[in-house]
Amino acid sequence: MLDRVTSIPMEGLIREVAGLKANGYRFVTLSCIALDENNGDKKNFDFIYHFDKDLGLSHLRLTVPAGAIVPSISRVYFSAFLVENEIQDLFGIPFEGLAIDYRGTLFLDKGPAPFSQDPVPSGQGQDKPGAPGTAPDSPKEG
Amino acid sequence: MFKMTPIVLKNLVSPAATRRYPAEIRPEFENFKGKPVHDLDTCTFCGICALKCPSQCLEVDKKSGTWTFDPFACVYCGICVESCPSGSLSHAPRHSSPVSGG
Amino acid sequence: MRTIIPFGPQHPVLAEPIHLKLVMEDEKIQEVVPALGFVHRGLEALVSQRDFHQMIQVVERVCGICSMIHAMCFCQGIERLMGIEVPPRARYLRVIWSELERIHSHLLWLGLLADSMGFESLFMQTWQVREKILDIHEATAGNRIIVSVNTVGGIRRDISRSSLDWILSQLAEVKARVKEIGPTLLEDYTVKKRTTGKGVVPRDQAWELGLAGPTLRASGVAQDLRMLRYEAFSDLDFEPVTETDGDAHARCRVRYREIFQSIDLICQAIVKIPDSEIRAKVKGRPEGEILVRVEQPRGELVYYIKADGGKHLERLRIRTPTFANLPALLFMLPGHWLSDVPVILMSIDPCISCTER
Repeated sequence: MLDRVTSIPMEGLIREVAGLKANGYRFVTLSCIALDENNGDKKNFDFIYHFDKDLGLSHLRLTVPAGAIVPSISRVYFSAFLVENEIQDLFGIPFEGLAIDYRGTLFLDKGPAPFSQDPVPSGQGQDKPGAPGTAPDSPKEG
Repeated sequence: MFKMTPIVLKNLVSPAATRRYPAEIRPEFENFKGKPVHDLDTCTFCGICALKCPSQCLEVDKKSGTWTFDPFACVYCGICVESCPSGSLSHAPRHSSPVSGG
Repeated sequence: MRTIIPFGPQHPVLAEPIHLKLVMEDEKIQEVVPALGFVHRGLEALVSQRDFHQMIQVVERVCGICSMIHAMCFCQGIERLMGIEVPPRARYLRVIWSELERIHSHLLWLGLLADSMGFESLFMQTWQVREKILDIHEATAGNRIIVSVNTVGGIRRDISRSSLDWILSQLAEVKARVKEIGPTLLEDYTVKKRTTGKGVVPRDQAWELGLAGPTLRASGVAQDLRMLRYEAFSDLDFEPVTETDGDAHARCRVRYREIFQSIDLICQAIVKIPDSEIRAKVKGRPEGEILVRVEQPRGELVYYIKADGGKHLERLRIRTPTFANLPALLFMLPGHWLSDVPVILMSIDPCISCTER
């Protein structure tokens, strides 16, 4: 199981992450899970931020309600922009303040986000039109 | 130049490092995982191989007594051979040659 | 005058399908913007269609070069969630196969780095040495590249005593050959000119960017996840290989020395391997959430697994080391010439199929 998990509210996210960076923690990754609760037909999401120092792990858990905009931690840890763009693509959750924003075209072309709907039963494909990738915004000051 | 000359001379007289394929074929090792080879007589049509196959390339029908295998979907993992309770599956000893044509 | 040169996804010296938009002023790079998405297969979404046993085969195919280690990480996660104890012999066999994978991956990488510099004969020599390792794979596990030997609870195939001795003799030949090739890589004038001082990452920036693996160790941080002492690494003796320069040549040296470290680890494991069964009985289904980390040839591999007691897992999240090393490119490349791009890109050992899954 995961130990050393701290649950935080969305307002405290940047402050906590900056605190961990000041303590010398390294950003490992961010996991996003769609929680299967019947909250008025919309799904909530569970964000877990993983950090590492001296081979020991520490986690932050954040519950994101459907439709919320999450502040990006790429202003604290620059390398987080890649994983946050991936979550934008796959889950359709918008982030605010991304260092480089691919606007949903990092992995996929424009279309519905795969993990935000129910899984497609096997045998049925999703035909997405082959739109050429749009250029991302140029990097802002990290 | 003095470092290179012995190497060049050695390379001139030593045999080729490559094999003259397809005239010379290196035989596969004993434990090679080839295609699953099925023995219809010992098969009990339990369907365990089809259940466990990760790429869903096997179909077993008890009623009609058929065992179908899609070689293009197979990933050569060997799970069907391992889990067969009656031992009617084994690995082919040679790999399949590339398919060509039409 | 600024121009934008698109580099990739298909390029004669580029081994991986990544697209880089290089903003150039004359021949010097000013900015880099990477673009991915050319090999995205959506493997994480397959958890809803394959049960947790079949997922091992899916996870093995995230990357061909380090497939056994992906499967090992996944099996470790499931085993910890279900409380399964892996028998000792299986733990040693996993170490042997994962270190063989590490040697084969580093040799492959060495060849590709030489090819990106245009040094094709070195490329062919290293890949010839690598053939010996692939022969070992085929003789013991049955497949050359994607060795499907992991299962929840242990290993599917055993290696006999005579095979273990044969592996030792083959590794002695590999070691001798790599030692012969070593001076070309480390001291050759042209290789040094093209790699020294390129793509320097200072130690603090490496830690802050969250780099992983040899890219991090070449900047002076001694972090090797095998020190977590998983599998049989708790009985084996080794130290992380580090260098301090942080440039592409330092990363070469780290990987070169790691080949010898892996050969030494396999020899230790073959001597110490105990006799026991190779597979534990698996009953039931996993429940809970867990994060597992192992050391892949490219760095730190992280698996987050969440299960709810059913046949299918609820969520599988894979973070591969190239995912962590890619943002470093945005800092490594500016200021260099256009011709340095393939060398610097290869020096972080990219594996885009891992990154995009």
